[in-house]
Amino acid sequence: MAIFDLNINGKQHQVDVDGDTPMLWVIRDHVGLMGTKYGCGIAQCGACTVHIEGVPTRSCTTPVSTVGNRKVTTIEGLSEKGDHPVQKAWLEHDVPQCGYCQAGQIMSAAALLESNPDPTDEEIDGAMDGNICRCGTYVRIKAAIKTAAEMK
Amino acid sequence: MTLVKTSYNRRSFLKASAATSGGMVLGFSWLASCTPPTAEQLLTMPSEWFDINAFLKIGDNGVVTIFSPNPEIGQNVKTSMPMIVAEELDVDWEKVVVEQAGLNTSKYTRQLAGGSQSIRQGWQSLRMAGATARRMLLEAAAQEWAVPVGELSTSAGEIMHEGSGKKMGYGEIASKAAMVSVPEEVELKDPKDFTIIGTSRKNVDGKKIAMGEPLFGLDVTRDGMLIAMIEHPPAFGMKIKSVDDASAKSMPGIKDVIRFSTAPPEGVDRQWSDVNAWDELVAIVGESTWQVMKAKKALKVQWEAASPAESSADHESTLAELISKTADEPSRKDGDPEAVFRSAAKVIERTYNAPFLAHNTLEPMNFFAHVTPDHAELLGPIQTPEFLSKSVSAILDMPEENISIMLTRMGGGFGRRLYGHFGVEAAVISQKMNAPIKLVYSREDDMTQGTYRPAYKVHYKAALDDNNNLIAFAVKGAGTHGGPVFANRFPAGTVDNYIAENHRKDSNISTGAWRAPRSNFMAFAEQSFLDEVAEAAGKDPIDFRLELFDRAIKNPVGTDNDYDAERYAGVLRLVKEKSNWGADMPGVHRGVSAYFCHNSYVAQVVDVVMQNNRPKVQKVWCAVDCGIVVNPVAALNQIEGGIVDGIGHAMYSALTFTDGQPQQNNFNTYRLIRHGEAPMEIETFFVDNGIDPTGLGEPSLPPVQGALANALYKATGERLESQPFEKDQALLG
Repeated sequence: MAIFDLNINGKQHQVDVDGDTPMLWVIRDHVGLMGTKYGCGIAQCGACTVHIEGVPTRSCTTPVSTVGNRKVTTIEGLSEKGDHPVQKAWLEHDVPQCGYCQAGQIMSAAALLESNPDPTDEEIDGAMDGNICRCGTYVRIKAAIKTAAEMK
Repeated sequence: MTLVKTSYNRRSFLKASAATSGGMVLGFSWLASCTPPTAEQLLTMPSEWFDINAFLKIGDNGVVTIFSPNPEIGQNVKTSMPMIVAEELDVDWEKVVVEQAGLNTSKYTRQLAGGSQSIRQGWQSLRMAGATARRMLLEAAAQEWAVPVGELSTSAGEIMHEGSGKKMGYGEIASKAAMVSVPEEVELKDPKDFTIIGTSRKNVDGKKIAMGEPLFGLDVTRDGMLIAMIEHPPAFGMKIKSVDDASAKSMPGIKDVIRFSTAPPEGVDRQWSDVNAWDELVAIVGESTWQVMKAKKALKVQWEAASPAESSADHESTLAELISKTADEPSRKDGDPEAVFRSAAKVIERTYNAPFLAHNTLEPMNFFAHVTPDHAELLGPIQTPEFLSKSVSAILDMPEENISIMLTRMGGGFGRRLYGHFGVEAAVISQKMNAPIKLVYSREDDMTQGTYRPAYKVHYKAALDDNNNLIAFAVKGAGTHGGPVFANRFPAGTVDNYIAENHRKDSNISTGAWRAPRSNFMAFAEQSFLDEVAEAAGKDPIDFRLELFDRAIKNPVGTDNDYDAERYAGVLRLVKEKSNWGADMPGVHRGVSAYFCHNSYVAQVVDVVMQNNRPKVQKVWCAVDCGIVVNPVAALNQIEGGIVDGIGHAMYSALTFTDGQPQQNNFNTYRLIRHGEAPMEIETFFVDNGIDPTGLGEPSLPPVQGALANALYKATGERLESQPFEKDQALLG
């Protein structure tokens, strides 16, 4: 066990965990933010996506010891009131079915639009292919990303 | 307006009301109670609530809480069921707060998510709940104003008296309405007067989902709560021989390692939902998830054989042997198919195969339990809470009234959460640990301890006469734990000589309902085969099917046909027209399919194009007859999801076994459809016929597999016989 000082959603958090603990479990079990989801544990489904210094990252395979004081943003820190353009577009298209993967989808989509404000269909597929939606809301997700791109 | 008798037994209704009316408790859900209410919530919270009936309570400021009785697995009943209550209550939807009801068998019936039946079976009781409450509000207002109740009307949460011009909000009269005796008859709206049903209303949890609020079972947390994980045998047919837990127990944060059984006591039958391949398991319990995951890896368990291990090759050969046999008792037989096959001008035959499938809900199985000597509190994602309650009662030897089950939103169901062994496991572990625990399955646990879609094999045979009329049809199916054939479905009833048979292979691999059970394979096989028969007959595949429906409409064979041929033909005609079927579309390969399941009719056209020598679904056209559509935006989402799910599993997914061990245990080896593989466009058309609503969560999945297979045949010239398609044909892999 060791002490780690983490910057999550603009706040400092101190946690006492093993260095190999994935950020996913630090965020969920120790910081208490439940929006970042566990889906596979091996960076295959994208449900655990967070931003580290703005880069979409699978928190389930990111050991806490590798994070340092880089800025971590979870779904809870994407916007204070749920009014990030991607979140607004998600509401407009009523995207979710079960909803479990959607925080990860939104985090991947937000990072995509940050680096590419007007992506083509192929670019959306390329950026989002790592995020599985078991309910099959892919068509709506794509439409919502396009709407969000127009809002930005 | 329709006058109907309320189904409420007055005594039980009042009893149920009394049970909830002790103190005017503010309507925070268990989740909301974990965090302080926002300013927005505080503004809209009434100072007093009045219980009107089991489905709703009204605040003194006119805000209405509607309880959604059924489990929410992503089918959006948490929005659409309350919409039905709100419609008959005649309240402004913006003033409705929805709360998930916990299990309460004295208040609600069929609190179950399965068979696409929540809306269909809840339709009358939900309408009655709203209409009864409205009537009680009207009676209270009539008394207040001393006018006949017949002179009053309502609109959007207000009561009006036209003669005097008086108006009053529901909130102002709710306290008195709560005292009015329950009417024995209520008026239901004429569907043409609906203002909420039939209009698109957004998911009531939509914003919370987009903001990452804790809504799911895995998000549950409590003071002093421990995390538990389970080590189960690595293969079906194995059991524990010995456990060496020394190193696991010594790891940081680990509280205990326990062996436990979830077998019911002797003489007590398992609930149908209590499917479990292994009675005895090992639980690792500790302070945090990662610590428990690490200790699980350090645990050393020796296993031994308990029953013969099965492999996929064994399933293939056993099912092949079964369908080569003739059943003593066919499920259905009309005419003399054997004789007709012998003398027919043409006979067409083909065999189709389906692998096991895992459900793979994105949220793995989990459950919270806190069991004390005289009470069991359970909370989590379960499609069958009533059966979980019975199972837990049996195994803990605790009366059901001491067991409470609350429901979280579920990260997917697809049938997996019908089988609540994980809730039983959580309860037993909590009891043994004497602590609140949350049981968490890893993805690997979830995928390798499943209740899988069984492996199936089905053989079809059709005979044509010299004029290319279908004169005989035979279907014979075999599957693990039961054959897949529905004997009385189409094309039964359309052909004079018909036979249907099912054969069963027992297995130690646990199987269960997987979204649109049996239909999820049969629609592919049947609709592919009919396409081939139509081609052999030299007929357009839609015209060929319509001819058969025409026969079933005018002169059906037999009386047990379980479909309405007019509605079936209706969706096929609709998709034909909308998709402009028959038009010359260079480069587009089209396939069609139609299927009936869960009381609804769906027809689809799939357009495939070749991109970089790979097939791509350009568009799916979908016609649906599910009666009245309660919430169009959500209905479309269900249809789209079923289509993507159907295409994905037909194309890519399979679970295979070697010596009883699942060969796929995570998403790196088990293929699920991804963004770039989804159809580029889906367009859906609903039949507007005013019939009471039928199923919607499942019916769009089965037929798309047939339409896709038929489109791929056009693209490649090869008939597909086995799922997943990408393994069946090199071009697709």
